Amino acid sequence: MTTPAATPDPLNAEMELRVRALERLLVDKGYVDPRTLDALLDLYEHEIGPRNGARVVARAWTDPAFRQQLLTDADAAIASLGFTGRQGEHVVVVENTPDTHNLVVCTLCSCYPWPLLGLPPAWYKAAPYRARAVIDPRGVLAEFGIELPEHTRITIWDSNAEVRYLVLPMQPAGTEGWSEERLAQLVTRNSMIGTDVLRMPAAGEEVAA
Amino acid sequence: MNGVHDMGGLQCFGPIELEADEPLFHAPWERKAFALTLAMGTGGRWNIDMARATRESLPPAEYLATPYYGIWLEALERLIRRTGLVSEQELAEGRALVPADPAFRKLAAGDVPTLFRRGWPSTREPAAPARFAVGDAVRTVNANPAGHTRLPRYARDRQGVVAAVHGVHVFPDTHGMGQGEHPQWLYSVRFEASELWGQQTTASAVHLDCWESYLLPKA
Repeated sequence: MTTPAATPDPLNAEMELRVRALERLLVDKGYVDPRTLDALLDLYEHEIGPRNGARVVARAWTDPAFRQQLLTDADAAIASLGFTGRQGEHVVVVENTPDTHNLVVCTLCSCYPWPLLGLPPAWYKAAPYRARAVIDPRGVLAEFGIELPEHTRITIWDSNAEVRYLVLPMQPAGTEGWSEERLAQLVTRNSMIGTDVLRMPAAGEEVAA
Repeated sequence: MNGVHDMGGLQCFGPIELEADEPLFHAPWERKAFALTLAMGTGGRWNIDMARATRESLPPAEYLATPYYGIWLEALERLIRRTGLVSEQELAEGRALVPADPAFRKLAAGDVPTLFRRGWPSTREPAAPARFAVGDAVRTVNANPAGHTRLPRYARDRQGVVAAVHGVHVFPDTHGMGQGEHPQWLYSVRFEASELWGQQTTASAVHLDCWESYLLPKA
């Protein structure tokens, strides 16, 4: 497997110098406090990530009233768990069913529900996915190792405004009655974008919570 | 602007490149470019639509060849120059030569968790009733504005159905050009994939968010 997001070394070295010079200048001018940069990175490196979205999904699977609210007023449902914030000010949750599979993309840039999923992976921001998701989702899903039944209709959500979309994946058969915490462990980031379909873990495969 | 950032439907970029155990950032400079962009973005000198407009205005070859956070870095440098926060000479020399802009709102570290967990909603109070309702058949405008727009080329002059009304949101086509918020009703519009792509698609439908001025009643 290649490492696509890896920038070539000479370019990396150039970028490193440019960013360092810019940071020095902006701090020197008094526009940026270095502690603010640390606080921002701490938030997005340690506090906010796809575990938030997984908790939302697991709650929806175990609490019918929450699920109902999540599908009709996602902002209120998500706020009740405290996962509001930048790039998640307005959220719509779309539900996968045996008949309809949902896939989220931002063809124009990289819009993504940060408070629920963290910062987007490189492939979500890169041209191959942004270009092809809206026209050939089956081809895209095949590259993720996902093949949907022929009768399943695929709906694409192009996040071109300040509304962010989260996919509510189908709960894997055989996990009925599991606790919310155990279910949350099953929910992958990609399943909430629509590029993964969840299944019951094989024996011994489940990660201990 | 008809630019290469508007890439929905292009087929020429090859396979999606997946990476096992992908790190959040791939180099130290990416972390800093991200954090500097966020820290400067709350200063009151530009808005998120202007940042997007600046990023997508890179020449196509440069846009496609530049790493993601490299585009952010390039745009940040352009924005601080254009708004006069730093001079050309300061940027070239990497040090302060003239006094800072006193109107810039510096982001305090202690405010980061509260502000970023609250966010900056783009909704505004309605000034007029919505023109369209759920179920209405609509057609997108055939427009090619030279400035910023969020109506992708693949969905221009196409027929769809209003699936949801999102409320009134800041209009990026003016906001991104520094011409004010001019909030408009925003609708989720469902397009049948065949309306967008003919038969050569594996999608069933595409939903796009359309500001009211992107839409006309179906003729």
